[in-house]
Amino acid sequence: MMNDESKLSSHSLLVIRNSTLEMSLLDTKFGQGGIIITGVDEVINWARLSSLWPMGFGIACCAIEMMSTYTSGYDLDRFGIFPRPSPRQSDVMIVAGTVTFKMADRIKRLYEQMAEPRYVVSMGSCSNCGGPYWQHGYHVVKGVDRIIPVDVYVPGCPPRPETLIGGFLKLQEKIRKESLVEPKAIEKLMQKKTEV
Amino acid sequence: MQFEEIKNIISDKIGSSAIIKEDAAQLQPQLTVDQKFLLSICRELHVNPSLYFDYLSCITGIDNGPEKGTMEVIYHLYSIPFNHHFILKVELQRTIDALPSAPSVTSIWKTADWHEREVYDMFGIKFEGHPDLRRILLPADWEGYPLRKDYKQQEYYHGIKVEY
Ligand code: SF4
Repeated sequence: MMNDESKLSSHSLLVIRNSTLEMSLLDTKFGQGGIIITGVDEVINWARLSSLWPMGFGIACCAIEMMSTYTSGYDLDRFGIFPRPSPRQSDVMIVAGTVTFKMADRIKRLYEQMAEPRYVVSMGSCSNCGGPYWQHGYHVVKGVDRIIPVDVYVPGCPPRPETLIGGFLKLQEKIRKESLVEPKAIEKLMQKKTEV
Repeated sequence: MQFEEIKNIISDKIGSSAIIKEDAAQLQPQLTVDQKFLLSICRELHVNPSLYFDYLSCITGIDNGPEKGTMEVIYHLYSIPFNHHFILKVELQRTIDALPSAPSVTSIWKTADWHEREVYDMFGIKFEGHPDLRRILLPADWEGYPLRKDYKQQEYYHGIKVEY
């Protein structure tokens, strides 16, 4: 698709319709000082999903697997994902491990300190639903979604790095579908309903 | 040094009335002592040049349940220079209105500090003379002592449901 459009390179105007921007845009030369026309949603979503910065923390054995996902072997960097040491700089929180009640207050606090838009990846059985502690774990929160909203659940005990990467791809998919446009259609529908 | 010999030193120095029960047939022989004498026995085990138990490996709590009405605290001792082991045990009454209590051995072995806090956290056994007896694992406002036989977990903690 991009190849066709880059044929337009002699023109100063490049039109991209109904697509997400791709990095190949920067590989090809297209005249001088081109202008790109695209949807607000598309460009913002593209920017957001291409630089997901997770908060750098782990709480149990799952964190080991998360750390190996960061290593050069699995290379999360290629998705623009690398950990930040502060919630203020983070876009996504990976809850990697067992959420104890003692930890729950802290996790909630950290989540609230993150700037919006913010996302949560629940990694592993423990943070999905309590994991091996679901029955006798008096000290474990049976799912981190009891304290903060979760966008993507990654199954496994622990999930392999590939699974975590899969989770991130799912999150990117989700972000790609987001929209800043006011949902007018629904509002009209609601108005109709109240009129009746 | 063998269990018998260590036991004899204790009854020589502290008095045989301090010893309540001995369980020598076990793989790990153990001596149940009167908690009134626990501190002096421990001090003797620590300073006696032929014993020199310089290392407190572990403190364990046991709840025998409401029917039996007792709790136990077990001390695993080790002497690094002599490479010998010894196990001391005290039995406490499982009182309902107040927490059962045992003397703290922190004045002898510093490591007892956190061990005793853990036993307090899990079993609700108080240690008299402990410098800083707080919960060590659970949050300070947790209700109940989880390793007790009749423990019922609370329904909510800070508004979060505890049950699955
Ligand atoms: S899900 Fe399994 S591996 Fe992950 S934190 Fe829980 S027990 Fe550990």
